[in-house]
Amino acid sequence: MQEPLEISNLTTWLDTTLRGIMPSMWVILIECVLVGVALLAAYAVIALILIYAERKITAFFQARYGPNRVGKYGILQSVADMIKILLKEIVKINRVDRFLFFAAPFFMIVASMLTFGAIPFGKGLHAVDFNIGVLYVTAVSSLGIIGVLLAGWSSNNKYSMIGAMRSGAQFVSYELSAGFALMTIVVLAGTMQFSTMIEGQRYCWNLFNGHISSMIAFVLYLISGHAETNRGPFDIPEAESELTAGYHTEYSGLQFGFYYLAEYLNMFIIASIATTVFLGGYMPIQVHGWEGFNQVMTFIPTYVWFFGKTAVLIFLSLWVRWSFPRLRIDQLLNLEWKYLLPINLVNIVVMVIIVLSGLTLTDLFPSLF
Amino acid sequence: MEKIKELILSTVSDAVIEQKQKLTVTVEPNKLHSLAQALRDNATLPFDFLVYLIGMDRGEELGVNYLLASSTDLSKEIVLKTNTADRENPLLYSIADLFETAQFNEREVYALMGIRFINNPDMRKFFLNGDWVGYPLRKDYDANPELNPLSVESKEIIDIAPRIMETPEGLIEETVRIFNDDDYIINIGPQHPSTHGVMHFRTSLDGEIVKKIDVHSGYIHRGIEKMSESMMYPQILHLTDRLDYLSANINRHGLCMCVEKASQIEVPERAQYIRTIMDELNRIDSHLLAWACQTNDLGAITAFIYGMREREIILDIFEKTCGGRLIINQNVIGGVMFDIYADFQKDVKAFIPYMREKLVEYDRFFSHNVIALGRMVTIGVMTKEAAINYGVTGPAGRGSGWSCDIRKHIPYALYDKVDFKEVIRTEGDSYARYLNRLDEIEQSLHIIEQLIDNIPAGDIVAKVKPIIRVPEGEYYQRVEACRGEFGVFIESRGDKFPYRLKFRSPSMALVSAMPLICQNEKISDFIGIGGSMDYVIPDIDR
Repeated sequence: MQEPLEISNLTTWLDTTLRGIMPSMWVILIECVLVGVALLAAYAVIALILIYAERKITAFFQARYGPNRVGKYGILQSVADMIKILLKEIVKINRVDRFLFFAAPFFMIVASMLTFGAIPFGKGLHAVDFNIGVLYVTAVSSLGIIGVLLAGWSSNNKYSMIGAMRSGAQFVSYELSAGFALMTIVVLAGTMQFSTMIEGQRYCWNLFNGHISSMIAFVLYLISGHAETNRGPFDIPEAESELTAGYHTEYSGLQFGFYYLAEYLNMFIIASIATTVFLGGYMPIQVHGWEGFNQVMTFIPTYVWFFGKTAVLIFLSLWVRWSFPRLRIDQLLNLEWKYLLPINLVNIVVMVIIVLSGLTLTDLFPSLF
Repeated sequence: MEKIKELILSTVSDAVIEQKQKLTVTVEPNKLHSLAQALRDNATLPFDFLVYLIGMDRGEELGVNYLLASSTDLSKEIVLKTNTADRENPLLYSIADLFETAQFNEREVYALMGIRFINNPDMRKFFLNGDWVGYPLRKDYDANPELNPLSVESKEIIDIAPRIMETPEGLIEETVRIFNDDDYIINIGPQHPSTHGVMHFRTSLDGEIVKKIDVHSGYIHRGIEKMSESMMYPQILHLTDRLDYLSANINRHGLCMCVEKASQIEVPERAQYIRTIMDELNRIDSHLLAWACQTNDLGAITAFIYGMREREIILDIFEKTCGGRLIINQNVIGGVMFDIYADFQKDVKAFIPYMREKLVEYDRFFSHNVIALGRMVTIGVMTKEAAINYGVTGPAGRGSGWSCDIRKHIPYALYDKVDFKEVIRTEGDSYARYLNRLDEIEQSLHIIEQLIDNIPAGDIVAKVKPIIRVPEGEYYQRVEACRGEFGVFIESRGDKFPYRLKFRSPSMALVSAMPLICQNEKISDFIGIGGSMDYVIPDIDR
């Protein structure tokens, strides 16, 4: 084996063993259940890790300690918080639209779960590899907004309502930019399938391949993706200093926990899509012709590469979040409709020209890549 | 001032002019409005700043004291007095159309003293519920708890304001509605993270735009002025700290000076130095907190923590000096309670360059951030005229171009001996107020720098009798607190308790201007403007 540390070795072994002892229909059924459980577990664990990481990193920015009581360096703090939130009472609110109020958090969590399932975490660690992966991710990730709107509407609370209306406007706007930025790269890569896209970035990441245009698309995607996750400086739907907690003001216990989880996971999802589309996904850094170097890089398992690159982007997002003050709703919409969207549209055209006239790096320097 | 006397006599011929601590003019109720108008519109020296408006129970009569000052020279002051003998249904004329700041003050007087004002457009009780029985500040108030039992029922807020208007047919009592039926009203407060305390703004919105704000106050009203009437002066000192707790030391300084001047106590030089340095440290501490809270209101939480980090050092210095951190119990009548500790000078001198460095960091981190600029520049503009009319002093008033620093106009303590600049900006927006605070920190550092090495040896407190009796009379002392002009009014009848004591609250003026400057701004900016005004609620709800 060339890559002894890959988890895909384990999954392949499991698959072969199972196929040896039972009919393939059962195998598929069992594997589906296993994949589902693994994804749910990963979902929760990643959220816990992210919450801990954010608290520690924020503490570092803010000259504080962060959690340091539960476990060594407060490592178990997230776990303790999770247990607390599971045990908390779900407060019954008078005069809410009960059905919608209970349904709303599920929209949120289901949307982010669906997106989460389509992310390639490593070689062979990819639940479904759609041939329209990019399109699928864009489509299902925007379902989450239904949860936010329903929560604001059904809470029967004016603050929640304002928060939900703000987030509706914000989500619809920034969805456009994020989608267009991804489409720019689809033009470059010539595919919507994540696995092919990653394979195409073996020697040259999309970020560099389309040079100017790709860089612009990357920045646009980071901005609009950040805005889609409702985190500062775009956290106006929650805006705790204005709307107390915006659309989830009335939620308590696990229902609030769903929003909380989904917020962190959305941050992760945005970062991982950016990694996959722009930064070569789980592909190790490879240089054309440096066989020894490539060997060493390949020895590091692909999921480490994936999570490493994603972590860098998440750190960037935290940095932005904790440095900037909050935008106002009209400034936010101005930024999108007057700046990001026009730039995006022009950028796609530029990318088409670059691709058609053979100006990508791989076209210009075929010997290097 | 001779010309002013002529002006007063030519407007109201039967006015009684006396020279007490301040020039005092007593007039009939129906002539007060025209006199106030004449003084306000006086071209050479306009008395257009209403410093205080105090409801007085003079024993037989009820009355009101007004202190007018000139906005061009704050040291020019005139006290107006008017009285009514009717204790059952006392009516006086409102001056709310001349001085907007009178609006809330007259409502306060109605709640606490029971005097109603003719022509005030909104004569609801301020601080108290409309159904409160009795008027607490009257001398014959019945404090029996059965009259006003503690109610656990939630009361509906009724947006209907009674008022008494003067028409050619005579006085008519009528009611007006504050909001319309189809207004979308949200309650910002009393429990809200950005009202900086228990403050309640009823806000009507058009989408995200603020159309009208109705201020409700009094959720933490403690009746400090009433309590003071049964306390001895050294006891009252502790209550001053509970007003604007962020400028606790300066408030206390104000009351101490008022009593010292009234009973002619000479404060030792060393105490003056300590007081001035402590006041300025207190000002830096408060401005740092204001800066931090403003950035937090705009959504920058990291900046908030940076402000707290620097503030901590000052609090440590306070703690080492006298044990207290926020409320430091340093000033007493006649001087200060504790001498500075051995390393005080060293600590303060280490703090000055550190703070300067941090000011540069704040500037780089926040002051030029493009989002921050978008949230502050040209937002919440208050003109100079509005600032004077609403009595908005302090960094906010100076941000509107009004030179209103008491330390410059009527120097007290050592402020006439040190060199410092009064920071004035003319833009009048949130950003001007924001920058003013940062610049005032620099000026305060500069003041401390000049004093810290020259603290003379000597006593820290003058010899004061154990029981202080202030000679009969009315006294008013103005100091520059962190949020504007703080004032202490004492009417003494020669006793060891004050007969009437009143604090002028700078924050009340700040809040009274909020409905004006927030109109037609976004709701997010309402929060941001609130942060830039930096009011402290216990200061309003005395």
